Amino acid sequence: MPNTKRRRLVATTVAVTLGATALAACGSSDDDSETESGPVSLTYWTWTPGMDKVVDLWNKGQGKEEQINVTVKKQASGDTLVTKILTAHKAGEAPDLVQAEYQALPTLVSNDALADISGDVGDAQSKFAEGVWQQTTLGTDAVYAVPQDIGPMMFYYREDLFKKYDLTVPTTWDEFAETARALKKKSPDTDLTTFSANDSGLFAGLAQQAGAQWWTTEGDKWKVGIDDAATQKVATFWGDLVAEGAIDNQPMYTPAWNKALNTGKQIAWVSAVWAPGTLTTAAPDTKGKWAMAPLPQWSESENVTGSWGGSSTGVTTDSEHKEAAAKFAAWLNTDGEALNALAKEGGIYPASTSAQLSGAFQTPPDYFSNQADFYTEAAEIAETTAPSAWGPNVNVAYTSFKDAFGAAAKNKSDFTDALKTMQDDTVADMKKQGFGVSE
Amino acid sequence: MTSARRKSYGVKGAPYAFLLPATVLFLLFFALPIGYALWLSFRKVRVSGLGLGSGARTEVWAGLENYTDALTDSELVDGALRVLGYGCIVIPVMLGLALLFALMLDSDKVRLAPFTRLAIFLPYAIPGVVAALLWGFLYLPDVSPFYFVLDKLGLPQPDLLDGGPLYLALSNIAVWGGTGFNMIVIYTSLQAIPAEVYEAAKLDGATPVQIALKVKIPMVAPSLVLTFFFSIIATLQVFSEPTTLKPLTNSVNTSWSPLMKVYQDAFGKGDIYAAAAQAVIIAFVTLVLSFGFLRAANRRTRQEAAR
Repeated sequence: MPNTKRRRLVATTVAVTLGATALAACGSSDDDSETESGPVSLTYWTWTPGMDKVVDLWNKGQGKEEQINVTVKKQASGDTLVTKILTAHKAGEAPDLVQAEYQALPTLVSNDALADISGDVGDAQSKFAEGVWQQTTLGTDAVYAVPQDIGPMMFYYREDLFKKYDLTVPTTWDEFAETARALKKKSPDTDLTTFSANDSGLFAGLAQQAGAQWWTTEGDKWKVGIDDAATQKVATFWGDLVAEGAIDNQPMYTPAWNKALNTGKQIAWVSAVWAPGTLTTAAPDTKGKWAMAPLPQWSESENVTGSWGGSSTGVTTDSEHKEAAAKFAAWLNTDGEALNALAKEGGIYPASTSAQLSGAFQTPPDYFSNQADFYTEAAEIAETTAPSAWGPNVNVAYTSFKDAFGAAAKNKSDFTDALKTMQDDTVADMKKQGFGVSE
Repeated sequence: MTSARRKSYGVKGAPYAFLLPATVLFLLFFALPIGYALWLSFRKVRVSGLGLGSGARTEVWAGLENYTDALTDSELVDGALRVLGYGCIVIPVMLGLALLFALMLDSDKVRLAPFTRLAIFLPYAIPGVVAALLWGFLYLPDVSPFYFVLDKLGLPQPDLLDGGPLYLALSNIAVWGGTGFNMIVIYTSLQAIPAEVYEAAKLDGATPVQIALKVKIPMVAPSLVLTFFFSIIATLQVFSEPTTLKPLTNSVNTSWSPLMKVYQDAFGKGDIYAAAAQAVIIAFVTLVLSFGFLRAANRRTRQEAAR
């Protein structure tokens, strides 16, 4: 279901604390202080649906006054776009503006593809939660992108069926496991949910909630913590549920998954704020029967969530009009009118905190018309997003996840072995490339 | 070309002038990209420290490193073995069916021949990705009408997207899509056999089955060789079917076939150097296998002709 990926928003707080010394080199060495004169034409690579309509607002309004015209070039989402940007950058032909998921920013920055726009985005920083903004600075003084959308994670469930099977909404992961088992006892053909190995972002978000820091730096070296205690806890939890048959092990976003959600064969989904869009197409018959609650916690005293998806707008080092491009990026992601249009045309959940409760977000999504305070609660949950820690080869770790956890879910084997494989693959790739890696 | 040149080289230069456009296009869009892929396959990226900053990544000479990595990579070898197993099912079944259908269509007794021919050929006109999606839906127990019927009849419902049956499921898509094309190739060459040959066989008292086995099949041997040749190449390059089924099941991983591994390394991991080396290896193996087969087939035909 590609539209899910498109809708992936994000969230968070990054704690990628990259060595500031190492960054000094790529920091603000680009001369972007050139003053613009005459009409400027910019190209923007994005996968957000309806972006051309949002850009029209700029081209007819502020852009017309400042003689900055932006052209949208629609792209495929996620990792394929990263590769395309890097390839174009190699030829010195990258577009002025690009959309990039937060976890791709270190990869783009390490390839010197994104420009530091700290001097050109005005007071944009004040519009975002600190953790969200930090993801675009990679913990330095530079600013490599302006946050666009976020995807705080939540728990979605069939309200009517929870009542029917006499289940309570789990607030901790222990209760979640009990709920899954209780449901299996009452209705053996029904699953609470599935463990899907085909979207690594979900697992990354769950690990993030548990406190995992997959990539950190120690001086001149990276430390990969995929196989850390927090992630092991998450892997064991889901592995046990799959092994004992308390939940399903089939991938999501398949016709079978759609049917399971639509017919009440699966009655809950751990997802993110963009879930209403996915459910609308996957389970159209159950509209109004779902409800959203905060993600279950690892202990009762905690209140924290992870993020799944989300993206930002960056300016490339190849752009000849960085100042104009940065101005547009700031407008797109902070201007009230622009964000309203983005929500309406692109269905995104804005990273800008002030936009999370205005305009389109004053009323619940159509699919959740039964839950009047959907977006009020969503905004509260978004505030509790744990920091994320991305590194320069997230793509390798994600691929390894799909293969290793896909096999483990299929065979109902030990998930911690799969996690070890993921860690080893990631470290081996970094070493092969020559990154400094501490054991 | 100046008029002076045309005068002096006149006729001599003409063939070269005619060849020029093709040569330029060949060099530009065929030889050059292959050369660049070869060049890339001997390179790699060297990162220093944290890999951040403009000077942290440099492209360096890798020698044969990418090749040794690829050849010792168990994923690539496993993928090759999977494709071998897949090919052992697809090629005999597909060509067997194509030959059978072609012979049946060519017999005098067949009715509705044009319609049947079109019906068998039609799946070939459906793009591979669409065919794989279509079959993927039919393989998924929860949405497949076949499973519904099996369920109602109380019959066992095999999981087609796992283990051994997965090979059958994938082969089925290829056979469904490819049989028609191969049938047309064989059928066309059957049509080209002069009628006197059949007449002679009939006068000698040959039955239709004997005619098919002893006359028709040997006479269409060259097109069988051709279809076999195409099928080997298509099998080694299998990509879209497993890629399309991948999201539907945990059993197909990102490097199921060698070409998927190339794609994954180039566009998933961003390592175009390793991907280039693997692509070169796959191209080389394809060349060796397909031309090896052609040579062997030609030698046999020559021997038979000499006999």
